[in-house]
Amino acid sequence: MPRFIDVETLRPAPGRINWFKYSSPQTFFPLAGAAVPWFAAAAAVLCAVGLYIGFFVAPTDQQQGEAYRIIFIHVPAAWMSMFIYLVMAFWAGVGLVLNTRLSGMMASALAPTGALFTFIALWTGALWGKPTWGTWWVWDARLTSELILLFLYFGFMALTAAIDDPRRADRAAALFALVGVVNIPIIYFSVQWWNTLHQGASVSLTRAPTMAATMLAGMIVMALAFWMYSIAAAFARARCIILERERNSDWVAQYIEASK
Amino acid sequence: MNWESLEAFIAMGGYGLYVWGSYAVTFALVALEVVLLVLRGRGIVAQLARIGAPRRRS
Amino acid sequence: MFRVMRVVIGRDLLLAMRRRSDVANALLFFIIVASLFPLGVGPEPNLLRTIAPGVIWVAALLASMLALGRMFASDYADGTLEQMLLASAPLGWIVVGKAIAHWLVSGLPLVVLAPVLALQFDLATDALVVMMVSLVLGTPSLTLIGAIGAALTLGVRGSGVLTSLLVLPLYVPVLIMGTGAVDAAAGGVTVQAHLLLLAAFLVFAGAFAPWAAAAALRISLD
Repeated sequence: MPRFIDVETLRPAPGRINWFKYSSPQTFFPLAGAAVPWFAAAAAVLCAVGLYIGFFVAPTDQQQGEAYRIIFIHVPAAWMSMFIYLVMAFWAGVGLVLNTRLSGMMASALAPTGALFTFIALWTGALWGKPTWGTWWVWDARLTSELILLFLYFGFMALTAAIDDPRRADRAAALFALVGVVNIPIIYFSVQWWNTLHQGASVSLTRAPTMAATMLAGMIVMALAFWMYSIAAAFARARCIILERERNSDWVAQYIEASK
Repeated sequence: MNWESLEAFIAMGGYGLYVWGSYAVTFALVALEVVLLVLRGRGIVAQLARIGAPRRRS
Repeated sequence: MFRVMRVVIGRDLLLAMRRRSDVANALLFFIIVASLFPLGVGPEPNLLRTIAPGVIWVAALLASMLALGRMFASDYADGTLEQMLLASAPLGWIVVGKAIAHWLVSGLPLVVLAPVLALQFDLATDALVVMMVSLVLGTPSLTLIGAIGAALTLGVRGSGVLTSLLVLPLYVPVLIMGTGAVDAAAGGVTVQAHLLLLAAFLVFAGAFAPWAAAAALRISLD
């Protein structure tokens, strides 16, 4: 029996890319390990640049004064909360269709980070709402949908935790994520449908943003920083989940031996 | 440079509590998640090391 | 296809009638919960009239969710659910049959009971009519979405609480539109928009929920 299964031996016929090379936990594990530091570093750099732009380059807003600077984490966090749910639902769907273990692991690796960003979006939204609207919490369409999204994240994590068999837990949670993904459009269009108190989406694909360029730049850079961070966090958690679930396999034993 | 002095920067035009309240909580939560991830990683490796290699089938 | 559904409906209704106490519990729960609010909030009529739609709708929602556990659990326990999975008929139709039977037992009685509660809250008659129409349109969606939650948490410990955690967020649109319809009626505004939205949600749930619940059953019993 070969001492260590050489990943290189998985090479397909020459000239064809093996798309599925990193689809098994064993081959994905080292790749994620190498990628985490890079994404974490990118996140740190982008965050520093974004904060510099946000606080030292972007001018003061006419109506809101300095309170608007919360936008540099509120909007990116809200974007990330919805984006991560979509990515989670995607991997959940892939896991259901292709019955691949790693997809389910990736979905449950993403959920806590998504829930974190949803809570951050709600928290910063409340703190921003206090000076501008006068109350901590307003039952308007987008805030309510964001709250529902947080409950969907908790539902996903609770369902995964409640079922003992990891394979069935992944598949059940995956179906729930797909059923919940219907909620994402409701969040996105809720401002237009129920056109309530919440400020209309100042950045939308149809019309030019109603914000100064530097404000927009700061927000975009912070969004990229949050994105890099999410990838780093999800890969790191995925590695933990892989070790937990593949604990009895040989390659994990060899990895533990090597890292001792 | 928008700010004349550090005090103005911290006061944030009177909205210091809200702006720094949200930034502080955000980065505290992110730091907390990073710490939890590192602990979880080390914990699982240590646990598997303690348990030792599974019995060789051959 | 319809024969299978009729058979399942007949069977479930028969089973429900045999255990009439389970059925009655959910309805008594509905009445008690709705009657607690005046005790908690105070007898002042104007206040009760404003909170009536919300209270009755939330009570109906909780009552139908309470009864969800029974939809698959008993069949799962004695193995008939596996036979249903192996049946030649598409599982979706069987799930639709079970959902209809569940709605007849726990959804429809809520509609019949609503006027009794509306008297407690001194709801105007036209608002009461709209309340009943919105309940008739809304409770089937609740049952269909609940079927997905019940199927997902089959045989899981603590499935009662877990089902409510999964299903309540998905109930929110139905709740918003349902109470919105009654508020509009009480406020004298046209209620057509809300009721159309409720009906649209029902059609949407009717189309996708059985398929999703069937997939959830296959996952739970693989």
